[in-house]
Amino acid sequence: MASSTKNRIDSIIINQEWCKRCGICVSFCPKKVFEEDDEGTVSIPRPEDCIYCELCERLCPDLAITLVPKPQDSGDPS
Amino acid sequence: MSDTRVKKAGGKESGVNETGVKEAGVKEAAPQEIRTSPEGKPVEYYLRDRFMPHIWCGGCGHGTVLNGLIRSVDELGLKKREIVMVSGIGCSARMAGYLDFHTLHTLHGRALAFATGVKLSRPELTIICPLGDGDALAIGGNHFIHAARRNIDMTVLILNNRIYGMTGGQYSPLSGCGIDASTAPYSTIEDAFDTVTLATAAGATFVARTTSFHVHELQDTLTRAIRHKGLSVVEVLSQCPTHFGRKNGNLEAIQMLKDFRTGTARIGSRQLENNPGLIPRGIFVEKDKREYCDHYLDVIERARGKSGASR
Repeated sequence: MASSTKNRIDSIIINQEWCKRCGICVSFCPKKVFEEDDEGTVSIPRPEDCIYCELCERLCPDLAITLVPKPQDSGDPS
Repeated sequence: MSDTRVKKAGGKESGVNETGVKEAGVKEAAPQEIRTSPEGKPVEYYLRDRFMPHIWCGGCGHGTVLNGLIRSVDELGLKKREIVMVSGIGCSARMAGYLDFHTLHTLHGRALAFATGVKLSRPELTIICPLGDGDALAIGGNHFIHAARRNIDMTVLILNNRIYGMTGGQYSPLSGCGIDASTAPYSTIEDAFDTVTLATAAGATFVARTTSFHVHELQDTLTRAIRHKGLSVVEVLSQCPTHFGRKNGNLEAIQMLKDFRTGTARIGSRQLENNPGLIPRGIFVEKDKREYCDHYLDVIERARGKSGASR
């Protein structure tokens, strides 16, 4: 069960031109998928841990995060 | 547009390339990825991305509300041309500029007056008004209560960050007592309006409150509010780290979001029962009442009938 959940995300995209480095995604991701460097630039060192809770995508005030689900799951993001 | 975007994909193995993500500067970036149907990519579809990144400060809750609104409109399957967004002045009002609907950026506090005119002339359109706390309840207070009294079919979104952010952090009617602001260096001595009680008393037929932290609830609430026929008021507690946060305990956006999580509770929940000091969230009023445009169309028909009979 766990493995199928973990594998629902194809990729996580961060639009660095829109991101204002507030750190909300880093702080609220339940699986600590994101990391920020000293200047606040966000990277995604652990995309495979993503459980597709969509919190980062929806909380992001800069609309800079896009979660790309795997095609078979695209109709059921819950 | 897509070629200017820098994308970083945390792909496993070949996942990055399979999604069609191109490097920055590559001209042929797949339009299919950016301009697909509203179901596929709501943010790209509904946003005027030529104006992005937006002017809101880093960590500002207004962006999260915009994010939720886009998803809600997408869920409702509304087309861009079916929506008119009417805003006033302030940080919140900038939302109208970023959305690719019919948009009106009007006078401070007067958005609801303009929106009333639009709705009466084109009742088939969906009207959404993003207002700030000062815009809606200080200079626009009268427009607000009378729009609620008329029960005209539109959605009033009150983005409550408890401060005038755009003009430099003056206190607003929703700041509350004991708040530091640029116009209250020794803290405010006024109580805040309770937006929910005010809207309910004024006659709004849908009244809700949520926060920029509760993003799924935000989307659901907005969807129900837009779907509701009559005046819908949704107060969204939103964080202003730049003006409110900095002057009141040096709060940053993350801490303010955590405060929304711990400082609010759903109406009817045990948590609220045990802690009555928490700010209640949820849908407080949802009732049917005859809508203003329907009344008005009746009047037109009656008037035409009379004048027709007299001829």
